[in-house]
Amino acid sequence: MSSVLYDAPGPRAKRRNIILSVVFFALLALLAWWIYRALDDKGQLEWALWEPFTESEAWTTYLLPGLGNTLKAAGLSMIIALPLGAFFGIARMSDHRWVRIPAGAVVEFFRAIPVLLLMLFANEFYARSTDVSTDDRPLYAVVTGLVLYNASVLAEIVRAGILALPKGQTEAAQAIGLRKGQTMTNVLLPQAVTAMLPAIVSQLVVIVKDTALGGVMIGFTELLNSRGTLAAFYATVIPSFIVVAIMYIILNFILTSFASWLEGRLRRSKRSTGAVLGAEDVEELNAAEIGGAYGSGASA
Amino acid sequence: MFDFLEGYDVLGAFWTTVQLTLLSAVGSLIWGTLLAAMRVSPVPLMRGFGTAYVNIVRNIPLTVIIVFTSIGLADIFRVTLGAADDFEALSFRLSILGFVAYTAAFVCEAIRSGINTVPVGQAEAARAIGLSFTQVLWLIVLPQAFRSVIGPLANVLIALTKNTTVAAAIGVAEAATLMKEMIENEAQTLAIGAVFAFGFVVLTLPTGLFLGWLSKRLAVKR
Repeated sequence: MSSVLYDAPGPRAKRRNIILSVVFFALLALLAWWIYRALDDKGQLEWALWEPFTESEAWTTYLLPGLGNTLKAAGLSMIIALPLGAFFGIARMSDHRWVRIPAGAVVEFFRAIPVLLLMLFANEFYARSTDVSTDDRPLYAVVTGLVLYNASVLAEIVRAGILALPKGQTEAAQAIGLRKGQTMTNVLLPQAVTAMLPAIVSQLVVIVKDTALGGVMIGFTELLNSRGTLAAFYATVIPSFIVVAIMYIILNFILTSFASWLEGRLRRSKRSTGAVLGAEDVEELNAAEIGGAYGSGASA
Repeated sequence: MFDFLEGYDVLGAFWTTVQLTLLSAVGSLIWGTLLAAMRVSPVPLMRGFGTAYVNIVRNIPLTVIIVFTSIGLADIFRVTLGAADDFEALSFRLSILGFVAYTAAFVCEAIRSGINTVPVGQAEAARAIGLSFTQVLWLIVLPQAFRSVIGPLANVLIALTKNTTVAAAIGVAEAATLMKEMIENEAQTLAIGAVFAFGFVVLTLPTGLFLGWLSKRLAVKR
């Protein structure tokens, strides 16, 4: 196997690689032993601490409802943020300056602010200015914070999706006499939505991860919050963290795999224009890339 | 108009945010570069470790990692990081540890994608004229990779600046912690929100603009 950095190994390189493998394996084994010792020292490997996870009660009372709330908040946020994002994304490409500039300002503003601040603010806003019940308030606050932030990221995804389409699409639409609105709704958007699908699924991973913030900071009973209740009830700390982390990893791994499967499928598809927004583009859009100062060069 | 700010150290809180950002940035740059070196190394075991680390850490919420450093590392494993009695300093250091562990995965990916933008032909040509591995790396690949890495790394830095608010989960006295306290005690919800939002815009806007300009300027034209 050859890459940018090294050629196919010869006999000497092969020997060196084997030595490096052995040394690295020894280091890994040492690390594993050290972690095992630390866990054992603190009694975290006792079966009593792990036993709750083999019984259905821990799952049905704590973990699964928590996971359910995580998915509920993430799903709701995505469903509400998508149309909002599409609206702002399209508004930002308007020919009218008085539409384009305010839309751009809103999008850049909400992308520059940490999602936690939005959640805290929304929580306090609902507490003071509305009669949302105390039970519902955390969900409302988490979803509001996530919607404000993610709508602005999705607006950028929509914009990038439309800009990624070949210019000929707009030109052909104009040539057959479609108006600007018709070009957008009949020609550009349908294709851009397909191109954006992998990016939207990748954004779902970001949303799922951010729901955990609401669990710790405003008492929303999602997965991480339920872990706390569970840990207090069964007095099992480290095992509960490991189980919850694995649940997040599996959930997000499924989403990521689905996104890259979609991406590959769209790239291979003969019917599309080949314009696809993938996971890498999403990462870029999540960092506040203010004023579109940079971008295209980075992910090329 | 701004008398609700009285009695609160807003600048101090943002200074803590800046410190968290800079210290975590340095740490994750080091650890992330090491991980990237593993991910592109010719040794399969190292590549496997790097890939596993990145895929595991990226899929865990940062909040879980930060809370774990406090409840897991500090409370159960008695990790003190040289600050056994000082709760403030301890949670500050623990949160940096968490940020470094998390952000390094993203730094690693940024650097790796930078190395991948260098066309294979560059290295092949370098090897063809007889340069050694270190020469290929230092003279040909890294100078080109470094330039294309600035953009992605700037994104990671800005994301890190915003992520430092998660330290509020373990009581580090940074911006989000102070905002939570102020917003609960004072009447001017909107004004307080605006002040903190403005603070983060001030922190991320110049960084974004400067590094964006730099990455455009240094980009290798192909």
